[in-house]
Amino acid sequence: MTRFIVRRLVAMIGVLFAVSVIVFVVFMVLPKQNPAQTLAGKNATPGLVKNIEEEWGFDDSLPVQYATMMKKVFTGELTSYKPRLPVDDRIIEGIPATLSLAVGAAVIWLFFGLLLGYLSAIRAGGWLDRILTGVSIAGISIPVFLLAPVLLYFLSYKLEIFPNAQYVPFSEDPYEWARHLILPWFTLALLSIGFYSRVLRSNMLDVMNEDYVRTARAKGLSERKVMTRHVLRNSLIPVITLFGLDFGATIAGTAIITEAIFSIDGVGYYAAEAVKKFELPPIMGVALYGAFFVVLLNALVDIAYAYLDPRVRLGESASE
Amino acid sequence: MSPAPLLSVSDLRVGFATEEGVVQAVDGISFDLRPGEVVAIVGESGSGKSVTAQTIIGLTRANNARIEGSVKLEGEDLLSASDSDLRRLRGDRIGMIFQDPMTSFNPVYRIGDQIVEAIRAHRETSKSEGKRRVVELFEAVGIPNAERRVDDYPHEFSGGMRQRAMIAMALALEPEVLIADEPTTALDVTIQAQILGLLEQLNRERNLATILITHDLGVVAEVADRVLVMYAGKVVEEGTLDEIFYDPQHPYTWGLLGSLTRIDRPRPHRLPQIAGSPPSLLDLPDGCPFRPRCPHEFSKCPQYPGLEARLPEAADHRDRCWLTPEEKKAKRLVEGQIGLEPPPEVRQA
Ligand SMILES: Nc1ncnc2c1ncn2[C@@H]1O[C@H](COP(=O)(O)OP(=O)(O)OP(=O)(O)O)[C@@H](O)[C@H]1O
Ligand SMILES: [Mg+2]
Repeated sequence: MTRFIVRRLVAMIGVLFAVSVIVFVVFMVLPKQNPAQTLAGKNATPGLVKNIEEEWGFDDSLPVQYATMMKKVFTGELTSYKPRLPVDDRIIEGIPATLSLAVGAAVIWLFFGLLLGYLSAIRAGGWLDRILTGVSIAGISIPVFLLAPVLLYFLSYKLEIFPNAQYVPFSEDPYEWARHLILPWFTLALLSIGFYSRVLRSNMLDVMNEDYVRTARAKGLSERKVMTRHVLRNSLIPVITLFGLDFGATIAGTAIITEAIFSIDGVGYYAAEAVKKFELPPIMGVALYGAFFVVLLNALVDIAYAYLDPRVRLGESASE
Repeated sequence: MSPAPLLSVSDLRVGFATEEGVVQAVDGISFDLRPGEVVAIVGESGSGKSVTAQTIIGLTRANNARIEGSVKLEGEDLLSASDSDLRRLRGDRIGMIFQDPMTSFNPVYRIGDQIVEAIRAHRETSKSEGKRRVVELFEAVGIPNAERRVDDYPHEFSGGMRQRAMIAMALALEPEVLIADEPTTALDVTIQAQILGLLEQLNRERNLATILITHDLGVVAEVADRVLVMYAGKVVEEGTLDEIFYDPQHPYTWGLLGSLTRIDRPRPHRLPQIAGSPPSLLDLPDGCPFRPRCPHEFSKCPQYPGLEARLPEAADHRDRCWLTPEEKKAKRLVEGQIGLEPPPEVRQA
């Protein structure tokens, strides 16, 4: 198992390297425009462009240029130019808000998604199942950019149940932190609640037909044990994979819309602002940051998968 | 007199409501099972063997299932028992073994743990106590290195070993009744013989009452006391092992016997098989359902005879065929010397 984890982490570093090369090629090599011009942004003075050209060494060979870029990323010297602000710092400042949003939403979507999926599955065909199916499909069909303004309008402006914006750090006031995040959490979680409950339900219905579930019943286990220890346990394996991918995607991307709508000052908000102002350095920085989380979560998923499914784990050790 | 039956199934009928209509998977099966006895249920695919077995322990209960008749375990009716009463019985007083050992264990748990789980569903034991018991059981069913193998996962066991583990699990709580649903079908021939040998030995040593389900009469020849031959949900012939092998009365039984491989005869080019395939339960012909495939069909067949003893000397040898015993004997001769001599396995016994 340890070897498996180590190998997986080494592979992760390889993937991150590849991603950084792609970012470099896409932003610095492919565009026909002078990259310094792009980095400087719209209406930049010729002096600034000249400075950037020197700073980034655009006269050097491509590998050296790549090394310069990565050095900037790792030493915190990557900056936006109008005004000149360090990108890494800004991303790091934004991470608590973004993680609060993403983790909270993930907890909510996992909890409700799995709960509703489980109830639907054990009552398959009954009225509860039908109601939950309707609810899930509604959740899946409502787009975030529609739901968020509607929730904001009614729950914040009209009824004033929830505050409408801003992020309050957890360390400052946990209660306000949660109160400010509830709307964004549910906005972000709603689609996944519907989707996860559907996926879990269908996995469970498949697993219920497995021979080993019949064996579990024939042993005289209670129906609840059959459902949790055998049906649910085995149905969760594919859900975990899905979750890792979705959670990575949420941190790296989906949160952008939600942060922008709810004015949560996180990484996604920063990215949205940068796109609006055509600022390249923050976009590069956020792309690398997003890639890091997606790849990290993929590695964690694989490790969790190996833990949950002995066939994967032992197949690995047997072949070594 | 024979002892009172432990398990008594009478006129069991199981139907499933489906979109195309009611599938009458089991249509009036009756038999008694005494301690130490092996009753075999034989028939082609879809004849209702598994449904019979699973209904006994309540595994076919469902909204769309209609279950009638009675199943009594020492006088207690299982069909009307509550779900929780039945659950307490399963695994404890009635153990069950399934056809495919590859898929009958949960792949994500250790085999030993799955057996401990069965023990702990019925007895207050610690996990370590349970594990010790599993090691004993593994030794009893002939799994080598029992101590180490209890911690293996199902995919680390071979098919034969898994079926032994399955048997160990079924026996973990020393049940009185063992139901084995095609326990050897998924295994190689040599492993099949070992598993059958094991079942026979356990049956003898523990005085287990066993229901053995199979589509292979060769398996039956090894271990059964009584044989029920099923076709399309009904019993078409039943009798002792000797009666079924030496004096089979129903043309369907002849067909099953004819497709047996015999080691004392030269292997035919092609194994004789029963022509055609089992009928759809949704579209059964009038009268005898075997009629369309039967080479001996005649004018009486559109009526289905009851399951009756038709031989004066054997009161418990019953069948559902209109032919007279003399006609049967003559036709059997022509069809391939079936039932004229005991099969070698039986002769040895
Ligand atoms: N839950 C169910 N709903 C509808 N039909 C069913 C159900 N369970 C079994 N059947 C039908 O009942 C018939 C008998 O099935 P059963 O599994 O008892 O056959 P079998 O004799 O065990 O055959 P095999 O050798 O293939 O195991 C089949 O036609 C099957 O399709
Ligand atoms: Mg079957």
